[in-house]
Amino acid sequence: MSVIDPSLRYRRREQGLMLLLASPAVIVIVALVVIPVGWLMTQSVYDNGFTLEHYRRIFSEDIYWRSFTLTFRIALMVTVLTLILGYPVAYAAAHVKRPWDVLILSFVILPFWTSVLVRAYAWLVLLQRTGVTNQMLERFGLISEPLALVHNELGTVIATVHILLPFMVLPLYSTMQKIPRELMLAGASLGGGPLHTFLRVFLPLSLPGVVAGLTLVFVLTLGFYITPELLGGGRTIMISMVVSRNVELYNQWGAASAVGVVLLVAVIAVFALVGRIIPLDKMLGQK
Amino acid sequence: MKQPLLPRLLFGAFVGLVLIYLILPLLIIVPMSFSATRFLTFPPPALSLRWYAEYFGNPNWMQATRMSALIGLLTVIVATPLGTAAAYAISNSQTKLMRSLHMMLMLPLIVPIIIIAIGIFFIYAKLGLIQTLTGLVLANVMLGLPYVITSVVAGLQSFDKTQEMVARSLGMNRFRAFLTVTLPQIKASVFAGGIFAFISAIDETIIALFVSGGQYQTLTKRMFTALRDEIDPTIASISTLLTAASFILVLLATSGQKRAA
Repeated sequence: MSVIDPSLRYRRREQGLMLLLASPAVIVIVALVVIPVGWLMTQSVYDNGFTLEHYRRIFSEDIYWRSFTLTFRIALMVTVLTLILGYPVAYAAAHVKRPWDVLILSFVILPFWTSVLVRAYAWLVLLQRTGVTNQMLERFGLISEPLALVHNELGTVIATVHILLPFMVLPLYSTMQKIPRELMLAGASLGGGPLHTFLRVFLPLSLPGVVAGLTLVFVLTLGFYITPELLGGGRTIMISMVVSRNVELYNQWGAASAVGVVLLVAVIAVFALVGRIIPLDKMLGQK
Repeated sequence: MKQPLLPRLLFGAFVGLVLIYLILPLLIIVPMSFSATRFLTFPPPALSLRWYAEYFGNPNWMQATRMSALIGLLTVIVATPLGTAAAYAISNSQTKLMRSLHMMLMLPLIVPIIIIAIGIFFIYAKLGLIQTLTGLVLANVMLGLPYVITSVVAGLQSFDKTQEMVARSLGMNRFRAFLTVTLPQIKASVFAGGIFAFISAIDETIIALFVSGGQYQTLTKRMFTALRDEIDPTIASISTLLTAASFILVLLATSGQKRAA
């Protein structure tokens, strides 16, 4: 005790000060995220004492299973579609000359900053039975009956892909931009055709961006609420909607909490799995 | 590396179509908002300012708009200093504890909002914070903190910390050194973080669905209800205004960031 290194004492004081500075923000997060979520977790195993009844119910009743599988299926579809649509866009943005890259990226980023509600409205206008798309198709004689493009799973997927495409394109773009052009030239000079060089050199190097994009899109789709609620036509009941209905309509806190915990565990499991490949902060930083 | 023309054309056409898909919904709302009819016909048969008049003339829409703007402003006022202080602490401390706190502060981006929303709904019900300004602002501060922190941490990364130390060694206390030396150099990131927190608060819908209402109903909750029950064309004029406002804000935020770089 008698000899304390002054620099150590300084460092301790410094660390105490830093904790103090961070504490107001930490308190807000604890009060409004950690405690509410922790409360949900206890609620999910509580009904006048400890019980696993809520979990038994949500895993045995048909409505819950249907919603779990539907959500999982939509998330997979949306993830694959955003990759198929997003990869070429990111590739183009990373390879064209200025100002075209700026133009492409602004097309990606503008919707990103538009309210999800505004976009839901726009898709209703575009996809309704009497909407713009059906009118156009009929005018060109391509269809005789209006297609059911919205108020179903299709409408939900169209709008969800639109909302999440930037989350795919941006990490892809930032990875592709760092791939040195010389590598592609070297591949070509060694006799590889353009497709061959792309598959053997470019594609593997862009994989970290692919993994980041796939993870973000998949996880975000699992928790989607507003879009399926407005565009799903009451039949596309995703997990988030089950949670909200159990609270709002049926006042079933136990079931709602258990479903919420399952959703949270799914999200954390995906992040943890992928986090072994790419650090989490890197993934979120690319948002 | 010249590639054959046909594949390049096909590739270009594909990318063009995806870009149209991305931008089409934003383009469609502007003409819809000037339509003279109730129906969702496109192009509109005649133009009018009817839906703008409907929006500005309706006291309910106006009240909800004022409420959202107020919540946004108060959120920025609270979240910006809190987030900046936390970001300063994060970039000045490399301890393990601080790293886990950093992770914890990013939770609002990771946990699905619906889970947070019903948790908050329950807690607020116990505390009597449902349909109150305090409750709404607090929830939006929570959601806005990750944006402020991420932006300011990035700003502090490119700031040379020895400058602040020099100021302190010359006798300034730490707080003054921060205000006069550090803050002016990271103000663009602080500003950008504040704007992102504002946009996030204006845009927030899910928590508002549960805890807002009565005179404390937000614009997004009203819009959501209007969209779910029947499609009120007034939404088109609101959407156009909202989109224009958020683009202006994003431009402000990013131009500030660029000037700092």
